[in-house]
Amino acid sequence: MTTTPEEVLSPEPTSVELGLESVEKPRSMFRRGWEVFAENKLALAALVFLVAFILLCYLGPMFYHGNGTQSDMEAVTLPPGAGHPLGTDENGADVLAQFFKGGQLSLNVGVLGGVISAVIGTLYGAISGYFGGWLDAVMMRVIDALMSIPLIFLLIYLGMIWGHDATLMIWVIGLTGWVGITRLIRGESMVIKVRDYVAAARMMGGSGPHIIRKHILPNTIGTTIVNTTFSIAGSIFYLSTLSFIGLGLESPHADLGGMLNDGTQFVDQGYWWMIYPAAIAIILVILAFNVIGDALRDAFETRLQKR
Amino acid sequence: MSIEDYRSEAISTTSVGTAASGTEPLMSVSGLQMHFPVRRGVLHRTVGTVKAVDGVDLTVHPGETLGLVGESGCGKSTTGRMLTRLGEPTGGSIVFEGRDITHMSQGQLRPLRRDIQMVFQDPQSSLNPRHTIGTIVGAPFAIQGVEPPGGRKKAVQDLLSLVGLSPEHYNRYPHEFSGGQRQRIGIARALALKPKLLVADEPVSALDVSIQAQVVNLFEDIQAELGLAYVFIAHDLSVVRHISDRVAVMYLGKIMEIAPRDDLYGTPRHPYTQALLSAVPLPDPDRKGEEASRERILLQGDVPSPLNPPSGCRFRTRCWKAQDICAAQEPPLMQIGGVRPTGVEHKVACHFPD
Repeated sequence: MTTTPEEVLSPEPTSVELGLESVEKPRSMFRRGWEVFAENKLALAALVFLVAFILLCYLGPMFYHGNGTQSDMEAVTLPPGAGHPLGTDENGADVLAQFFKGGQLSLNVGVLGGVISAVIGTLYGAISGYFGGWLDAVMMRVIDALMSIPLIFLLIYLGMIWGHDATLMIWVIGLTGWVGITRLIRGESMVIKVRDYVAAARMMGGSGPHIIRKHILPNTIGTTIVNTTFSIAGSIFYLSTLSFIGLGLESPHADLGGMLNDGTQFVDQGYWWMIYPAAIAIILVILAFNVIGDALRDAFETRLQKR
Repeated sequence: MSIEDYRSEAISTTSVGTAASGTEPLMSVSGLQMHFPVRRGVLHRTVGTVKAVDGVDLTVHPGETLGLVGESGCGKSTTGRMLTRLGEPTGGSIVFEGRDITHMSQGQLRPLRRDIQMVFQDPQSSLNPRHTIGTIVGAPFAIQGVEPPGGRKKAVQDLLSLVGLSPEHYNRYPHEFSGGQRQRIGIARALALKPKLLVADEPVSALDVSIQAQVVNLFEDIQAELGLAYVFIAHDLSVVRHISDRVAVMYLGKIMEIAPRDDLYGTPRHPYTQALLSAVPLPDPDRKGEEASRERILLQGDVPSPLNPPSGCRFRTRCWKAQDICAAQEPPLMQIGGVRPTGVEHKVACHFPD
């Protein structure tokens, strides 16, 4: 007789064996997860910050009509003050207006790139792990091959062909960032496929795609959501880095990393307003996504959930 | 469709099937083997084989219950998984209703899945925690594209009543149920397509003893109503005795003895069967003296590794009757004690049966 630890530990009302309705309305997995998440005050703070940042970047331009793109030689490198809350850059464009636009770009590219890599990574991993055998071996060797392409050269090359724009960045980041998730989901897929409910589905004549859709993917949802969050943080980081070294988005349509690239040219002159707002925003946004990801990981951990 | 309709329909289909096949077995298995290669090293050379199942012969007749007992690791679950073709045998043959299903592909097997179903051991892992009971029990209809009269929801609720659950449970999740209830859900799912053969792999061994009785009785009630055949795999000899018409005893991948229930429990012929039965305690305080004075056969040593089973008879290393011939020659599974009609033979694989 095999008894799993959960069976021993869970206070199940075995006395209520037949036909009796359970008294308490059961709470869904997401509900129970939220309770764990809400206990993590740091994560709540991160969530609040992130929502505020998103609202600021997208709604800010509606209330603040600064000139972020046009040059104005009358007003170059003004320090923060009346009319320009975050000063102006070397071309006289308003830094706060650029900041809103840059924040939007960072978020757009980060979220879309992160989601694309999460989708690819999850499907790839689930298929590879479920079917196993030679297919798994081939798919994993493809990943090894992908990982041995030096990304920086690929980006320089793609940049030369297509130029630098946000859509390209989304796809480049999305199509290169999925390897980590794939490995995790593949592992989970291999664990789930030996469960009896998968055997039961095969017993009823369920095909591989059916089982992946109905059984493997729904049961990896926790890992997928958590890693999508990390993946978004990673994508923002990645885009900032690329832009900072001049391979990403450039002024006047720069993301936060691109603004940093601009600003650091004038580090000697002490134009701090061209550096710190963007730098601090990058750090805090990535930190917030990572903190939320950590808290989500706890939230999906059934051991920590109250029944 | 009410439960009564379900019953009558199921019974009529079964009786038609029985009449057409006469005394033909529903499933006959011969020389069934499952050898797992053991691979080592850089080149993945095969350095040995685990002979989990190594030549099993059995037949299942329509409407009967065949119990399959043995210690853990003797290959009874592997046998069950091959009978349902969850695994593909490496040798031997499985014939179901005259069709050889041994090496059918999953696609070819799909229509057959309606006739052969399985109940799993662990009620925790046999139900997807993310699906509602309605989805789980309705899955056979969805996968097979069956639209039962009255609709799927109605059919699922009828099945839930059939296994003693409330139809109200339709929208609930597995974690809201106890082990026994979950096993009932698994049984309802297996019955959805009205199978002719149900392989139950240790269906009650993960349950509390009090719940075990309820679930075993449910199996019996369902059989009485629907007339399907069971292969009931278990290691609990009392449970098997309660439910089976015939019992097969497995040891290290082979069948040692197979007989009608009362013969096997009354007059066990194989030394291994005798040893197993002598280990069953008498749960009756009034017969305490009998229990104490009863002779118990204690087997020496452990079950040998299926990687390298003993030559000749597999049981000889632990058998008190072993002679030279036992090491030299493997005893075939043979009918003993006079000729009997098919289905009630008493067969033993031993050179010196009692």
